Amino acid sequence: MVDQPLPGETILPDGAIIETVPPAPSSLKAFWSAFSENRGAVLGLAVVLFIAFLALFAPLVAPHSPIEQFRASVQQPPVWAGGTWAFPFGTDAVGRDILSRLIYGARISLGIGLSVMIVSVALGIVLGLASAFLRGIVEVVVMRIMDLIVAIPSLVLAILVVAVLGPSLVNTIVAVTVVYLPRYVRLVRAAAMAELSKEYVVAARVAGVGRIRLMFVTVLPNCLAPLIVQAALGISDAILEAAALGFLGLGAQPPIPEWGAMLADSREFIRAAPWIVTLPGLAILITVVAINLMGDGLRDALDPKLRRS
Amino acid sequence: MNATSTPLLSIRNLSVTFATGRGPFRAVDKVDLDVAAGELVAIVGESGSGKSVAMLAVMGLLPWTATVTADRLSFDGKDLLALTPRERRKIIGRDLSMIFQEPMSSLNPCFTVGFQLREAMKAHLDLDKTARQKRAVELLDLVGIPEPERRLKAFPHQLSGGMSQRVMIAMALACNPKLIIADEPTTALDVTIQAQILDLLLRLQKDSGVGLVLITHDMGVVAETAQRVCVHYAGQQVEMQDTRGLFRDPHHPYTSALLAALPERASGRILPSIPGVVPGLADRPAGCLFSPRCRFATQTCRTIPPPRAGADLGYALCHTPLVDGHPRALKKLEMPA
Amino acid sequence: MFRFFIRRVALTLPTFVALMFVTFVAVRLVPGDPIEARTGERGIAPERLAMLRHELGLDRPVWQQFLDYANGIVHGDFGVSIVTKTPVLSEFATLFPATLELTLCGLAFAIVLGIPAGVIAAVKRGSVFDHTMMTIALTGYSMPIFWWGLLLIMFMSEYLGLTPVSGRMDLINFYFEPVTGFMLVDSLLSDQEGAFSSAVSHLILPAIVLGTVPLAVIARMTRSSMLEVLGEDYVRTARAKGLSPFRVVGLHALRNALIPVVTVIGLQTGTLLGGAVLTETIFAWPGVGKWLIESIARRDYPALQGGIMLITSIVILVNLIVDLTYVAINPRIRHG
Repeated sequence: MVDQPLPGETILPDGAIIETVPPAPSSLKAFWSAFSENRGAVLGLAVVLFIAFLALFAPLVAPHSPIEQFRASVQQPPVWAGGTWAFPFGTDAVGRDILSRLIYGARISLGIGLSVMIVSVALGIVLGLASAFLRGIVEVVVMRIMDLIVAIPSLVLAILVVAVLGPSLVNTIVAVTVVYLPRYVRLVRAAAMAELSKEYVVAARVAGVGRIRLMFVTVLPNCLAPLIVQAALGISDAILEAAALGFLGLGAQPPIPEWGAMLADSREFIRAAPWIVTLPGLAILITVVAINLMGDGLRDALDPKLRRS
Repeated sequence: MNATSTPLLSIRNLSVTFATGRGPFRAVDKVDLDVAAGELVAIVGESGSGKSVAMLAVMGLLPWTATVTADRLSFDGKDLLALTPRERRKIIGRDLSMIFQEPMSSLNPCFTVGFQLREAMKAHLDLDKTARQKRAVELLDLVGIPEPERRLKAFPHQLSGGMSQRVMIAMALACNPKLIIADEPTTALDVTIQAQILDLLLRLQKDSGVGLVLITHDMGVVAETAQRVCVHYAGQQVEMQDTRGLFRDPHHPYTSALLAALPERASGRILPSIPGVVPGLADRPAGCLFSPRCRFATQTCRTIPPPRAGADLGYALCHTPLVDGHPRALKKLEMPA
Repeated sequence: MFRFFIRRVALTLPTFVALMFVTFVAVRLVPGDPIEARTGERGIAPERLAMLRHELGLDRPVWQQFLDYANGIVHGDFGVSIVTKTPVLSEFATLFPATLELTLCGLAFAIVLGIPAGVIAAVKRGSVFDHTMMTIALTGYSMPIFWWGLLLIMFMSEYLGLTPVSGRMDLINFYFEPVTGFMLVDSLLSDQEGAFSSAVSHLILPAIVLGTVPLAVIARMTRSSMLEVLGEDYVRTARAKGLSPFRVVGLHALRNALIPVVTVIGLQTGTLLGGAVLTETIFAWPGVGKWLIESIARRDYPALQGGIMLITSIVILVNLIVDLTYVAINPRIRHG
């Protein structure tokens, strides 16, 4: 390294370090200024908000019902390919409006992503903190199970879970949650272990803070930054995984307008109606890219140490 | 300064500017330096004073965010700024080599000591494999590493800090350089090892007659070793003198304050220190950069950048250079054109 | 090194036992009776049912059944497919070369493009190349590969007519006995003109599809690892020796930067085998992934159980090998 002091530090010839940190701006403000520096992240956030808006107000925004079949206009091409404004993105093989199905599909995909994220973060916190604090047999059992889950290819594991429980939207959420649980458990455990060795935890212990309070009030807030980043990126992975299950016919069942399921039998229309193949996949891609952009921005803003992958 | 022969390394008005997220940062500001063959010059200053950056600029090792400008930057009669990268690489590592501050991290963990030692010879010297191996053994022997054959096969993590720095010194000597730049070579080492490494470096310098630029923040080391001293402050060269003259009669208030802070020189019970901190990017004063911390600062010092004094006053960058510890106004004729 | 090896192997054993336990329990949790699944919906006489149950060991205590199952696996008995009545292991062994060929080619595609892309992006950080590369990587990383496969089929096969839509080989014009199970090798061995190019044209799209996500991951990882390493002191030392930029970057920096990249490549095994399920389904590639999905559709639970057992064992094995490689390329651990 060139010999420059860290920002906010000055090293005197005798080796003493003087802190010259200006008063910190409010942390939210600091976060936003760091986040908004990254144009990609802001773009991602905007797209995510737009899709979330569509999902929330789907009944108001969508021109048609997602399951109504317009028998008179089967496989009608989109507007730009010679279709009509009645069905801007065209219709599918049984005459359902693709735009409406995509808008309602946003509900399903974001819903799955958020549910998986919330459940696995909650479970991850409990299991991760428990194994960090209790050690011993709890830790061994929990971590071995996580090792096993990680060893099974995620899609194969999800297939196993769905095969056991039967294909449905709820079981998709269960399967994907199981698949992504280890990330959170491992992350929380590692972060908590790192924090546990720090002096403020020792101080809190000496002061007689109870174990539960120590876990959730003293240690947990200090593990949050990487957890938030992982949670954001986890949403996009969950959406992809769920769409893959839907595509294999093991996820949401028809006529639910899940994006992956919409692609399931689109193969036969590759030649006749390419928009049936193109649009749902594009919806998945745009959503996932937007969330990942946002997640990368979050990571850079919240936790510079994680800039690795 | 040796005026009769052309110096080995000659620097005039060297400036280095880094592009940072918060605008340009000038880490080195108009530095001059001449080093004659076989001479030992010390550069002194605290961390962040730009002394390492200036020498990295000479080596061409600065990151791409740095912009280097100089009226003259020549080594061994060649203009370093005009060379193509390929031509420069023929000089760097052969005639001009460098020893770094952190020996442990300066060796590549993935390769053996021998590989890294022979590599420079392979690039610059016309030696075959056995000759390189022989020279590598000699070099390790020269820097006082026992069982050199075995050590050549070792990986850097198997060496102590002192050992690593000996290896780094051997690497710097590998191609018989004309000048070695040693950037705080002992700072990262244990106190007991520091003296050994410094002694080794001085002995090798004396024996081989190689020029040495010793970057340090330790005035004690300077007093024992160097023939000439440059003092850097906040990227500027504030004074340059013979070592003896500098210790006897420092002309810049900063040098004077640094010397006063030496434990050996402190008279009272409390070790004197320099109040305040080195100015950063945001709080650079308009006039003299040292003025906020200077005992003798006047209104002029705070508003007008100081001129450089002549050789008799150690080229001090000061409105009122000290003579025998007392400020003296510059006479007009001493100011450079 | 040897002790590390032993410890690392020992650590995989509990995972393996847990895997047997999970697959065992999972299949017993599947709704519907296995006998019923075998005999269909016509029903069965009670005495025949009892006999079948006895034959299959279903009348014994559950723990006994688990021990039997585990014992079978240790001796290479992964059960018998209900549909084809052949042992799961032999069925898997016939299909696995196809998956392996696809996976290896996908991984090769990812490595061959990903590492240079990451290195160049890191060296030219902030350049147009860097930004373009990282945008492509982000897109690849976010790609629903089943859709990507469909898009490629739509464009390359249907629109341009360059590549076939499905399968591993043009079976109408070529036929040869499998020797290695790898179509690329077998087609060369067969000496039939055009067989090899047919194999390549069948393989290329699936391999690209399967390699896309690993490619993005490897490129991103190489770039960030490289960026970190390029700032290290030893890279500066290498430059201070007057070495060429190619040697500094390609030897001194890359050698260190590759250490985390190798780990990441190892972690892609799961992604690849999971992705193989999708890719093989899209391209009708006769490998274990497609077979697994078909087993679910056929309610062939022994096949599913054995297949998952085998696939996961392979992942565990590969991860083990990767960890040992990691030790081999990182002297700090090797001599630690």
